[in-house]
Amino acid sequence: MVGYPESLTDPSYQGQILTLTYPLIGNYGMPELDNNKNCSINYESDKARILGLIVADYSSAYSHWNSESGLAQWLYNQHVPAISGIDTRALTKKLREKGTMLGKVVINDKDIDFFNPNETNLVAEVSIKDPVHYKGSGKKVVLVDCGCKHSILHSLLNRELEILRVPWDYPFGDESFDGVLISSGPGDPKMCIATIENTRIALNKGIPTFGICLGHQIMSLAIDADTAKMKYGHRSQNQPVIHSQTNHCYITTQNHGYMVETNTLPDDWSNLFLNLNDQTSEGLIHKSGRFFSTQFHPEAAPGPVDTTFLFDQFIEIIK
Amino acid sequence: MNPKYQRVLVLGSAALKIGEAGEFDYSGSQAIKALKEEGVFIILVNPNIATIQTSNDLADRVYFLPVTVEFIEKIIQKEKPQGILLSFGGQTALNTGLELYKKGILKKYNIDILGTPIKAIIDTEDREFFVHRLNEINVKTARSAIAVSVEQAVKAGKNIGFPVMVRVAYALGGLGSGVCRNMQELKSRAEQALALAPQILVEEYLSGWKEIEYEVVRDRADNCITVCNMENFDPMGIHTGESIVVAPSQTLTNREYHMLREIAIRVIRHLGIIGECNIQYALDPVSEDYRVIEVNARLSRSSALASKATGYPLAFVAAKLALGFTLPELKNSITKTTSAFFEPALDYVVVKIPRWDLKKFRLVSRKIGSGMKSVGEIMAIGRHFEEALQKGLRMLEIGANGLTGNSNFRFNDITIELKEPTEERIFAIVQAFEQGFTIDEIHELTYIDKWFLHKIQKVVEISGKLTLFKDRKPAVSILQTAKNAGFSDKQIAILCGADELKVRKWRAAANILPVIRQIDTMAAEYPAQTNYLYLTYNGIEDDIQPPDQKTVLVLGSGAYRIGSSVEFDWCCASTAQSLQKLGYKTIMLNYNPETVSTDYDQSDILIFDEINLESVIEIFAKLKPIGVVISMGGQIPNNLVVKLDKAGIPVLGTSAKSIDTAENRHKFSSLLDSIGVDQPVWKELKSYKEALAFANEVGYPVLVRPSYVLSGAAMAVASNDEELQKYLEKAVNISPEHPTVISKFMDNAKEIEMDAVARNGELIAYAISEHVENAGVHSGDATLVFPPQRIYFETIRRIRQITTKIAGSLNINGPFNIQFIAKKNEVKVIECNLRASRSFPFVSKILKINFIDLATRVIMGENVEKPARSLFEINYVGVKAPQFSFTRLAGADPILGVEMASTGEVACIGDDFDEAYLKSLIAVGYRFPFKNILLSTGAIESKAELLEPIRVLSEMGMNFYATEGTARFLKQNKVNVKMLHWPLEEKKPNVIDYIRGGKIDLVINIPKNYQKDELTNGYLIRRATVDFNVMLITNRQLAMRMVEALSRKTADDLHALHWDEYH
Repeated sequence: MVGYPESLTDPSYQGQILTLTYPLIGNYGMPELDNNKNCSINYESDKARILGLIVADYSSAYSHWNSESGLAQWLYNQHVPAISGIDTRALTKKLREKGTMLGKVVINDKDIDFFNPNETNLVAEVSIKDPVHYKGSGKKVVLVDCGCKHSILHSLLNRELEILRVPWDYPFGDESFDGVLISSGPGDPKMCIATIENTRIALNKGIPTFGICLGHQIMSLAIDADTAKMKYGHRSQNQPVIHSQTNHCYITTQNHGYMVETNTLPDDWSNLFLNLNDQTSEGLIHKSGRFFSTQFHPEAAPGPVDTTFLFDQFIEIIK
Repeated sequence: MNPKYQRVLVLGSAALKIGEAGEFDYSGSQAIKALKEEGVFIILVNPNIATIQTSNDLADRVYFLPVTVEFIEKIIQKEKPQGILLSFGGQTALNTGLELYKKGILKKYNIDILGTPIKAIIDTEDREFFVHRLNEINVKTARSAIAVSVEQAVKAGKNIGFPVMVRVAYALGGLGSGVCRNMQELKSRAEQALALAPQILVEEYLSGWKEIEYEVVRDRADNCITVCNMENFDPMGIHTGESIVVAPSQTLTNREYHMLREIAIRVIRHLGIIGECNIQYALDPVSEDYRVIEVNARLSRSSALASKATGYPLAFVAAKLALGFTLPELKNSITKTTSAFFEPALDYVVVKIPRWDLKKFRLVSRKIGSGMKSVGEIMAIGRHFEEALQKGLRMLEIGANGLTGNSNFRFNDITIELKEPTEERIFAIVQAFEQGFTIDEIHELTYIDKWFLHKIQKVVEISGKLTLFKDRKPAVSILQTAKNAGFSDKQIAILCGADELKVRKWRAAANILPVIRQIDTMAAEYPAQTNYLYLTYNGIEDDIQPPDQKTVLVLGSGAYRIGSSVEFDWCCASTAQSLQKLGYKTIMLNYNPETVSTDYDQSDILIFDEINLESVIEIFAKLKPIGVVISMGGQIPNNLVVKLDKAGIPVLGTSAKSIDTAENRHKFSSLLDSIGVDQPVWKELKSYKEALAFANEVGYPVLVRPSYVLSGAAMAVASNDEELQKYLEKAVNISPEHPTVISKFMDNAKEIEMDAVARNGELIAYAISEHVENAGVHSGDATLVFPPQRIYFETIRRIRQITTKIAGSLNINGPFNIQFIAKKNEVKVIECNLRASRSFPFVSKILKINFIDLATRVIMGENVEKPARSLFEINYVGVKAPQFSFTRLAGADPILGVEMASTGEVACIGDDFDEAYLKSLIAVGYRFPFKNILLSTGAIESKAELLEPIRVLSEMGMNFYATEGTARFLKQNKVNVKMLHWPLEEKKPNVIDYIRGGKIDLVINIPKNYQKDELTNGYLIRRATVDFNVMLITNRQLAMRMVEALSRKTADDLHALHWDEYH
């Protein structure tokens, strides 16, 4: 119901047409695209990542002290087509039964071909090209950018860590560092062969590792667990999860259609979180406690900030 | 669950009043259902007999007794509960619980408070503690200072700087709160507020800030969720109960939303709340700065709204959490498979609009602000904001067809109307746009967020386009746009100069039809088996298919308002239950978020939408019920009957023709004449001249009323030509289609109510109850006694005869109510409604025969036996007493008249009238014993009649004060009395000083007559009385009955017996 600027710029949506279940969109406009140190406060990356937007009731008028332009103008500037007046609930019901599918926006009956983003290496498209170094007073963390949301970067910078943000396929094993965070990102984890391999090396070295969303799936592939497609994907800001060690429950933000198959986990790994609705894996932890991952987004944005403490736990492990 | 709690005491909220209304019937009945599911023995105390929670199938024990410490202690001694629930009965239950705690009663009897611990309650209720506790976790509250005296308030005002906000601690709905712009205003408000409460809070005024609320749930294992957030359309400065509220918030960014959500959870954890609570914020419209305004550590009006807005059963879950369950252990009752630990995702927008009845009160201030004045609310659901808002305005039933297409909301000074809002401000915004005001200009005057204003402007523009199609069919694209924006067929018809059914034909031909949508808590991302539905014109497919069983549609009662409230909800909920027992599926159509009938588990299908011709036709087209029950929801469904019948909708029960005959004075009068039944002389009149001639012919006083009566709206007694003219103008304003009727008003007569059920014209069951007050007090404000105590048997016999005749001649098939007036041996019919009435729950529960169940079975054609038990076989007495909310209605004259003014009612049972009457008086706020009485007893006959009771009081050791004439009269009759000067005399000792100074416990003020100019002194006395929270009696019969009862009963004679103990 909130958070469209964050979603449109989330690299996880690279190459996709996004439809929003909340019907009223555009109400508070779009904030300034500040890109200080390649790390925006208002957005999750430096530009629109979606290829199209479908809403039910676009609000041409917007009202917010922090807005710089309307959503339509912003999308126009970003060359992203959008369509309003669609029954997005009817569309959602189709998508939930059939899963995500190829789509196109046809204007004036001029038909076009489908574009299949899954045939491209989406992670390569959204990752940075060269490593970026962020100075900090704390321990040094390698942030593997598979399409890293700026909020993940913020969550680390706010904790005064020194960060080396590296491309998805960067052989970070040669660097000296205290921990690794594998970011979220778009597409099929099995296409991130280099990342999986690098992660395996880090894990074998015993370096504290934290995987988020795609990073979680990459970690599970690195330990030879398997992933599978879900009947109903998790794509909302209200996903309840339970922490296996404390039985505490949290509301999380999620966007994934694949899950880690719990029965393929090695013996020394277990579920750190489970989804309360369908009992699927929402996070893993190694028995040493040094490696863990979440299927959900602890950095939130958009969504609830219940699980930001996981970044603190990560820092505890690094210490 | 903690197995210790086998017996639990639940406190209800007593009578409905401004600030504490039907929402607590919802929360209480949900709590009882939750406890029942766990096998807990439930003891409920609630004198509100019209509630669903006090029905015989919910709690194990029901006490129709005042929710006061004295009575609760008696009940505790008897019932020995292990736990007590305080958070489901509003501020009444919470305050009583706090008192029980402070007096050590809970400790003495070893009773645990379930749910939120007492410390957390005190932390949220005491402003000083509250601010301190939030400071501990660096959460910002408004800058403020506590004052226990006017001097301290003045000092605080100086320190904080004007304007300041004054708030009253331990007050429901912001009672006595308000903005003070200068020292003088602060002084007078502080003085008044400190008369009501021990301390006040003077705080930073955050006018124009956004007002945001979150509903938060926490369990004992520290799991927290926020179920819903809400944004007020009217920014800070207007009480949230007086604001239009939108859910979810519309103008907040992700960061703002989750900043406030995170604070909410942090606060609730820190305070240690277990169950449900509400947190209110002010949010700066130009930064991310915020203040926490307050936390309500109990179910509230907002939580009822959030529950209905999201489909999340907050009260039910909160009750389970109070028993010791955790959220993940509980199921989501919508999906039945997933857990209660989740936050609903909405794919619609909800708009709540308050319903006011300010025009019913003489001299009332119509300004809305930080104190609550509204008496009810509606909730509208749409896929577009404009759609929900326009639906909502129609649901108010104030004669609005939406934002536009209205003729009755026009303002002379639009700037003032925008700047100093009354209950009609929303229409002033529309007029401002029509007059060319810009969004910026309106925003400057109202601080309403421009996003909302833009949406209103859009509707005004669409209206403008529609009016271009005067008398012809609008282009399909414009029809579509209008329907998407929530224009009703009738509204379009008015704008285009067409007729409603024609517009329907136009749009149906263009396939512009609504779809039926589910409220599923997850925005369609997962399949859900929910039967909670609404209609929208913004969709292409229905979510559900028509049921394959025989289905019956029940029309609900709409917004609670003066004259129609929880009693009709009880009727509707009972109907649904009876229908289910008969094997029908039920569809409930209602839009009042404060009701039980709109609970997800109350009927098979709930449609939360408008009750009007358009939606009923669409529901019939989609769900194909076999018929519709219109006789249970009061006047709103009743008024639809002719239209529904014409449109071919099968109306169940008494025929539309008969209902029309009863509603139409002409037809009804001819009928009475033809069967030889007497009625007061009346005439239907079209002009002032005619009216004047008639009134002079029959002699004043006369009763003036429009033909379709809604709780006495525009009804009045006129004593002279001038008054007659004034009232006629008012009546014509309200209902132009219906002519005005004037009848001879009978002085000093008795009024009698007949509630009955007939089958095919044959009387099946009936209950006769009697008004304590003489005729002239609206039946909704009257104190009702059942079975009757002071009527001749002959009168009862005649009433029964007349009722039988009327039932037969109208071929009544269902519930009905007749009001009689009786003087000596004459019995006349004054009104007849072929529907359930306000007193059905009262007589059903006292007689222990559910009249609604009987009526429902009759309506469905079942064979119904006449009940064996009648009113002559009852060994106890029930007394129903009205609850007034005058204290909240600044300026209103607190007097009884033919216009209804009460906002709620209670009923208590006793061995005799005296016991039941005293209990019911206590239940509506009277406090016994008392010592000091001010008398101002009006006309000489009333003085004379009250002399004997005053002597009795004198013997009981009371002190008397009186105004001049009364004092003289009493002295002549050797009653010891101190004379006080009239307010307007400005001489000492003055009446007002004594009232203000707390030297008077009870004021008995009997107005002389109906003439306005002689009321001024009396008005000032009455107003001061309610402003300073002193007991008031303005009716002679009430005063006499009270004195008699007090002289015969002591507190020990008021027994704490539960319902089943009376038989």
